[in-house]
Amino acid sequence: MLLDTRQSLETPEGALLPLTPAGFGVRVLAQLLDILIRYGIVTVLFIVLSLLGRMGTGIALILAFLLEWFYPVFFEVTRQGRTPGKKWMGIRVVNDDGTPITFGPSLLRNLLRFVDFLPMLYLTGIIASLCNRQFKRLGDLAAGSMVIYEAPPAREPSFEVRGQLPVPTDFSTDEQRALLAFAERSKYLSAERQSELATILLPVIGSKDPVIAIKQMANTMVGKQ
Amino acid sequence: MKQGQFEQLYQPLWHVMELEIIELEKPDGRLKGSELASFASRYRRLCHFHALAKDRHYSSHLVDKLGDLVVRGHQQLYRRKQPFMQQFTSFIVAGFPRLVREQQRYIWWATALLYVPGLLMFLAILWQPDLVYTVTAPEQVSSFESMYDPENRTLGSARESDTNVQMFGFYISNNISVAFRTFASGILFGVGSIFFLVYNGLLMGAVAGHLTNAEFTQTFFTFVVGHGSFELTAICIAGAAGLKLGYALLAPGNLTRKESLKRASLVAIQLVYGVIIMLVIAAFIEAFWSSNNILMPWQKYLVGGFLWALVIGYLVFSGRSLRGERGQG
Repeated sequence: MLLDTRQSLETPEGALLPLTPAGFGVRVLAQLLDILIRYGIVTVLFIVLSLLGRMGTGIALILAFLLEWFYPVFFEVTRQGRTPGKKWMGIRVVNDDGTPITFGPSLLRNLLRFVDFLPMLYLTGIIASLCNRQFKRLGDLAAGSMVIYEAPPAREPSFEVRGQLPVPTDFSTDEQRALLAFAERSKYLSAERQSELATILLPVIGSKDPVIAIKQMANTMVGKQ
Repeated sequence: MKQGQFEQLYQPLWHVMELEIIELEKPDGRLKGSELASFASRYRRLCHFHALAKDRHYSSHLVDKLGDLVVRGHQQLYRRKQPFMQQFTSFIVAGFPRLVREQQRYIWWATALLYVPGLLMFLAILWQPDLVYTVTAPEQVSSFESMYDPENRTLGSARESDTNVQMFGFYISNNISVAFRTFASGILFGVGSIFFLVYNGLLMGAVAGHLTNAEFTQTFFTFVVGHGSFELTAICIAGAAGLKLGYALLAPGNLTRKESLKRASLVAIQLVYGVIIMLVIAAFIEAFWSSNNILMPWQKYLVGGFLWALVIGYLVFSGRSLRGERGQG
């Protein structure tokens, strides 16, 4: 729980919003997708509009210009902070206070993209994003925006074990969450590894088979039989 | 209270919230005013339930579900949406010129950085014509020569309209990109903006000086006088916005550098809005008016002078309040 990048943001209601900033790896992939989409559109535009002669070239130049600078702004403002590439990668842009990004900050961060790209391949932006905890590139620092992961849709969990077992009352929410995470991830762990991990909790749980006990507790937590 | 009871009792409320939030998240969501009026109070109750669920150690599945609704509700409740057209008009009429006057310190610096090197270069080339090759390549120089050679202009014929559209597209994409770069690179402690301003100034002075030496003055100056008013002023303002970013980083005062940059950018981006509008006008004039050869030179100088007076007058006087009460400028 200490090693993740999750950050809490306090709202006027006193609620804590959990936000997970997205690092440059996933953002580079999103940007690559967006570049592919943009260049695809520009190529088609120039081919089609060049049939109209010089007037077509003029229109194509304007549209290419708009795509170069305003493609991300358009999608970020109208699609709750998601360009097609970002949507694909499950990330989105928000203001520092967790609200959807608005036109001004979006334009600012996308104009400053030019500087973040310098001297090549977003080197400035990558270095800047490694120097702060929200992975902000220069454009984000100036605009007061950040890129976060979308909250994944709540899954319907299944732990392949029936029956319920009460969770010890002195377990904190984080500890409960750890039990649940173990049960959810057990699909990806071998049986030996599962019991190796679960045995750590043996003194606390005091059951014969801690793996099954934890999964039954997880059942209790999500309200399954 | 047991979790099951809690869920049974309040589930209808957060189910309603969930449906409302989904509706609000759609770009064309339709919710009536009466439904929206109670959204804020329902949202506060939701936050309350979330806090309770967390505090009472209810299952994390429930806590996470409520937490997700809280995040999404927060985004909808605090989103900033304003009527676009109304803001746009008041920005053009008063907001932008006021802002320019407020930030005139940066505007004057940017203007000096563009024109002083330009003027020096112009004079230097009148004195030593070969200096033109210090800022431009020989091919570029000869392309400028052929562009403004009076021999190449068939007098009395305007360019065809589809060529005008092509050039309009070129001016839009080229000039606005230059302005954007001039602005954006200001974040590098102002160095980038200074570079682009000085470089463009030198280039401008070099071309003007070289064509004066070649005695193409009439074709050159009648061409640039019209759109120069909007274009050069816009570049100055873009540079000034960039300088503001750089200065905010260099001298943040009592703020942290990050906070100082954020506040400066809020102002700077509004200057950029104005720059975009001015450059679209400039590209329009450049493509459809400046290239017109039918008109006599004096007509072009007259209109050019009028446009300069218009731009300067707009920036100096527009948006000042009347009747003795002084505006922000």
